[in-house]
Amino acid sequence: MEWASQLCENRGLGSKMTDSKYFTTTKKGEIFELKAELNSDKKEKKKEAVKKVIASMTVGKDVSALFPDVVNCMQTDNLELKKLVYLYLMNYAKSQPDMAIMAVNTFVKDCEDLNPLIRALAVRTMGCIRVDKITEYLCEPLRKCLKDEDPYVRKTAAVCVAKLHDINAQLVEDQGFLDTLKDLISDSNPMVVANAVAALSEIAESHPNSNLLDLNPQTINKLLTALNECTEWGQIFILDCLASYLPRDDRESQSICERVTPRLSHANSAVVLSAVKVLMKFMEMLPKDLDYYGTLLKKLAPPLVTLLSAEPELQYVALRNINLIVQKRPEILKHEMKVFFVKYNDPIYVKLEKLDIMIRLASQANIAQVLAELKEYATEVDVDFVRKAVRAIGRCAIKVEQSAERCVSTLLDLIQTKVNYVVQEAIVVIKDIFRKYPNKYESVIATLCENLDSLDEPEARAAMIWIVGEYAERIDNADELLESFLEGFHDESTQVQLQLLTAIVKLFLKKPTETQELVQQVLSLATQDSDNPDLRDRGYIYWRLLSTDPVAAKEVVLAEKPLISEETDLIEPTLLEELICHIGTLASVYHKPPSAFVEGSRGVQHKRLPPRAGSGESTESPDVGQSGPSEAPPAVIPSQGDLLGDLLNLDLAPPTATVPSVQPSMQMGAMDLLGGGLDSLMGDESDTPGGRTEVQSPQPYSDYSERELGGDIGGSPSMGAGLGAAPAAMPASLGGAPAVGGGLGDLFDLGGGVGMPTGSYVAPKTVWLLAMKAKGLEISGTFARRGGIIQMDLSLTNKAMSVMTDFAIQFNRNSFGLAPAGPLQVLTPLSPNQTIDVSLPLSTSGPVMKMEPLNNLQVAVKNNIDVFYFSCQYPLSLLFVEDGKMDRQVFLATWKDIPNDNEAQFQIKDIHLNSDVASNKLQGSNIFTIAKRTVEGQDMLYQSVKLTNGIWVLAEMRIQTGNPNYTLSIKCRAPEVCPFVYQCYELVLKN
Amino acid sequence: MIGGLFIYNHKGEVLISRVYRDDIGRNAVDAFRVNVIHARQQVRSPVTNFARTSFFHVKRSNIWLAAVTKQNVNAAMVFEFLYKMCDVMTAYFSKISEENIKNNFVLIYELLDEILDFGYPQNSETGALKTFITQQGIKSQTKEEQSQITSQVTGQIGWRREGIKYRRNELFLDVLESVNLLMSPQGQVLSAHVSGRVVMKSYLSGMPECKFGMNDKIVIDKQGKGGTTDDSGKSGKQSIAIDDCTFHQCVRLSKFDSERSISFIPPDGEYELMRYRTTKDIILPFRVIPLVREVGRTKLEVKVVIKSNFKPSLLAQKIEVRIPTPLNTSGVQVICMKGKAKYKASENAIVWKIKRMAGMKESQISAEIELLPTNDKKKWARPPISMNFEVPFAPSGLKVRYLKVFEPKLNYSDHDVIKWVRYIGRSGIYETRC
Repeated sequence: MEWASQLCENRGLGSKMTDSKYFTTTKKGEIFELKAELNSDKKEKKKEAVKKVIASMTVGKDVSALFPDVVNCMQTDNLELKKLVYLYLMNYAKSQPDMAIMAVNTFVKDCEDLNPLIRALAVRTMGCIRVDKITEYLCEPLRKCLKDEDPYVRKTAAVCVAKLHDINAQLVEDQGFLDTLKDLISDSNPMVVANAVAALSEIAESHPNSNLLDLNPQTINKLLTALNECTEWGQIFILDCLASYLPRDDRESQSICERVTPRLSHANSAVVLSAVKVLMKFMEMLPKDLDYYGTLLKKLAPPLVTLLSAEPELQYVALRNINLIVQKRPEILKHEMKVFFVKYNDPIYVKLEKLDIMIRLASQANIAQVLAELKEYATEVDVDFVRKAVRAIGRCAIKVEQSAERCVSTLLDLIQTKVNYVVQEAIVVIKDIFRKYPNKYESVIATLCENLDSLDEPEARAAMIWIVGEYAERIDNADELLESFLEGFHDESTQVQLQLLTAIVKLFLKKPTETQELVQQVLSLATQDSDNPDLRDRGYIYWRLLSTDPVAAKEVVLAEKPLISEETDLIEPTLLEELICHIGTLASVYHKPPSAFVEGSRGVQHKRLPPRAGSGESTESPDVGQSGPSEAPPAVIPSQGDLLGDLLNLDLAPPTATVPSVQPSMQMGAMDLLGGGLDSLMGDESDTPGGRTEVQSPQPYSDYSERELGGDIGGSPSMGAGLGAAPAAMPASLGGAPAVGGGLGDLFDLGGGVGMPTGSYVAPKTVWLLAMKAKGLEISGTFARRGGIIQMDLSLTNKAMSVMTDFAIQFNRNSFGLAPAGPLQVLTPLSPNQTIDVSLPLSTSGPVMKMEPLNNLQVAVKNNIDVFYFSCQYPLSLLFVEDGKMDRQVFLATWKDIPNDNEAQFQIKDIHLNSDVASNKLQGSNIFTIAKRTVEGQDMLYQSVKLTNGIWVLAEMRIQTGNPNYTLSIKCRAPEVCPFVYQCYELVLKN
Repeated sequence: MIGGLFIYNHKGEVLISRVYRDDIGRNAVDAFRVNVIHARQQVRSPVTNFARTSFFHVKRSNIWLAAVTKQNVNAAMVFEFLYKMCDVMTAYFSKISEENIKNNFVLIYELLDEILDFGYPQNSETGALKTFITQQGIKSQTKEEQSQITSQVTGQIGWRREGIKYRRNELFLDVLESVNLLMSPQGQVLSAHVSGRVVMKSYLSGMPECKFGMNDKIVIDKQGKGGTTDDSGKSGKQSIAIDDCTFHQCVRLSKFDSERSISFIPPDGEYELMRYRTTKDIILPFRVIPLVREVGRTKLEVKVVIKSNFKPSLLAQKIEVRIPTPLNTSGVQVICMKGKAKYKASENAIVWKIKRMAGMKESQISAEIELLPTNDKKKWARPPISMNFEVPFAPSGLKVRYLKVFEPKLNYSDHDVIKWVRYIGRSGIYETRC
């Protein structure tokens, strides 16, 4: 008997040192041997045997067969042995319920023991034995123990009530244990109070509606007193319980806060976080102008920072919570950016969380530091971390406008590293930067295009495709680039497919002549060869749009996009409120409501913040706080890139206005699908206007989609106008609308026949500054008005031998106050023989001086070599604003009002357009037709134009069928502009 | 609350398994082994969730401690408890190792039974626990002894038992600071802070009431207002601004909050009285000036100067400068004026050690690093140069002003207590980017 001899040796050494041997014995007949051992007469031998049994149990061996033998060892005065037996009982009682009864007597006896430690041990263990028959016997001893003279027994009994409730809730209620437990809240011993609170809170969780805790100012006072005296753990129970209390008014709220704040200096992080939870919650009720409110805000920051010097696991919990706190009350930590800087040997989970918070805290004040840090991080080794750092740089650009330029150049530097995942991440964020600051950083597109081949992640590919589509007019080979993506269309992910479809449609609308084949190809790939319903539907929508009304299509597809918000990945406000109520808990770590990861009835109860101070007199009603957040929820960049945005603002908005009015005459297969689908969609939206008052569903987008939709419908009058004019532009032959499949051919006929207006007319670039006059710098350029923004498109060519840098531009005062709206974006040095295209947004808020001629502009361009001057003339149409459509009545009145002396008459020769096409074309340049009259074969068009400085120009255009010469009468209070307006007419109509 | 607690060895074998709640089954033990221990690299968070069960883990050397739950527990509390569990185990059998855990598994079960009830942490102060969880077999205690134990475990002063007697009343105060720095290559301080601890060893009889005072700016300023202007001018210079501090549970927090005085009845033996953090006017004991030059693709030249910045009469000890080298280093030549420097290939660093260095001195090391040509596109991340040292002063400037002891029941007074104060400043994360 090897083990026996071992045991003898051990005894010689003192058995204490070698318990580890129990983990190694694996022999046949072991159970049998143990049985003999357990029944031995010698106490010491028994104890050794029980230890062996427990060791076997620990490693997962089944030793339940020894049940009667082990239970027999229970009757002992050796406390250590007793505890071991109890441990065994707790594990196996369930599998041997009948045998377990044998133990009851001992328990009952032990509950009467003189030693309070033994009484407590018995009641503690009994509660852990989950056998109904035993539970019945538990009631009497438990009742006694709850009133025991010794606090140690009482505090153990308090927890035992929760145990019993878990096994048999009805029994606990019937026996009146809940009332006894409530009485214990008034116990003289703080630890008894704490455990009673813990037990009651747990029981209350499974009875969401019972008023079990029954917190009132008196009990709260008792809890606050116990808070000062009990163990660190007890303080946590009490604070967590306090957090569920709703103070009656702001004064009570303040007095509780005052008594809780000292806890912020506790060494135990959990105590600190629970105190923070109570304060964050009750602060909500304090009036913001209260001095104490400000004091409290200041007091919260230091302890939160201190949490970051705890062990890494706790730091992680703290950071997850700080992330919530920063979203709820950004003012608390706004000056503490530095403590979130990443340390080289932080564990990765701490690094990622810190980065998240850095982005949230980034502001104009600290952006320089933050960027320097982020750049540092982007060179680290951990791929996830580096990606996040790159993304963070982009977020900074979007958040802090002043830093955008530096962020972009940092990103360009990173792209130059050619590290694949860095490049991809950078492209994804640059796309967002483009959306945030349209027409500002497009000069980097060339660099981006160089990296096209290295993109293998869907998100990066989609982003790149979006950029190509969006700026197709600036990228010479946009069609080739998109075509190259099209080859493997079916292997791409849905995200990329959708983006590709949209991009090619955009390209087609911008360069209709060269890209017909391409668009045809992608539409058929999307509609005929794909079984993805999203893709198919989007394909059909575009198809129909293009074939029905290209003008409308253009207005829709190339519409101005809603601005993206600064903040990203924000937690939806109602969820955030709920999570604030769960600070310190798992929910705050997961950023999910408890119902998302807790089974059963526990945690289903949704916690809410107390009603905000000043939100109404009826602070009693808990609904006040829920009546929707007072600030509008910020729009969030959907994680799906801008797919959602695109769909919403491109595809859904216009049909709401046009589907019923335009479509009925057409009988296409797709129409029902469209009309029906959209109607029901719209119906749904209007059915649930109050959808966001429900706390239950954490659907971050449901709120926003509604908003964006609304915004678009109401917010883009030009679109509505475009659509209104559409039916007229549609040739009658299309009325008989062929089936969708064959529609394309017609579509292109239409394109050729009608001539697609291409928005405001942009003249080709002309040379403004000759190289020989400017030490090798040649500048050619033109002006354009795109989406309401005036732009000066410049091509800078270096014809000298040396590199040019440091470009800047300035205008002399001019008639309409044109001035650069930003610096000249030439980020990279211009090397010899290189040409760079820059687009400079202009504002009309500069100083004004009348020029001769009126539209003359004097420009100074500086580079590292010298300053050069030139002058150029801009078409007045640059200044025609989008809301230049005058009301009919006003038009009539104004026309009459302007003296006839101010009227100027011009002839526009050789125009072969009918009046509708002409007015359509003019509208692209913001010359709006208000009315049309046909008198004796003559079409009279009445038009209005508004200049940026508010001057109205009225015009009457006479078109005689068969006569290529139009007569134009222009009336304006400032007659000097008339000739220039006439120039615009000519330019637009002839090109 | 905590549903179960498991301890594993590095292979994922269970050493201790204690289940408190019915919703945690044996399969949870295996789930953690498979998903966390065996999947080392993929797990990137100390909190994980598999099959609606949440696992919290900490690691001590080779040993994994995991707490398991299916409820929305207080996560901070669970981690605090796991650390406490480690402290308790260390107090009972020193190092946490597989061998020690196996040898003490009965003790650990007994402790777990006591300090965690139905998943709720209970009194876990070792001072109290050691009075009744002993492993010496149970001594038959008298009734008085028993009630003394229970009142201590549940009482307001759960950390100290009554009736402690010492022939010599003595206490030791250690002000231990770790100074953290992140400096840019140009010598700009990106972030610096001191995290300090006041550790006390008390060997005092009875239930002594203590009061601790330091040169806290808020206290000094308050006193200065009452006192003469001359006095406040002098003390204002010497006081320090404490950003935040936390205290052992023996300190009366509400008193600190209202009067900013630190009063307490100390536990017996060694414990941490307080922690604090300062960020203003920190004395940075060393300045590191790096110079890294890439000479072509296969050579790096590194020069590092360190300057000591404290009173010349003081001596810094155990100075170690760690200069990271690229992964493709093939050889290193080092010249240093003081101390010893060695290239350690296994650690990818040049380690330069200096035993002692007085204040206001400077020393320099230069190294030539030969590199193997690689076609690895990724740039070397250039980890920062880090430093270790120990100095005999508190870099935050903290000074202990007094520690008064009152024990009204026994006949010894504050003057009879022998007090020792010591200041040690160590490097925390002391890094200079290069």
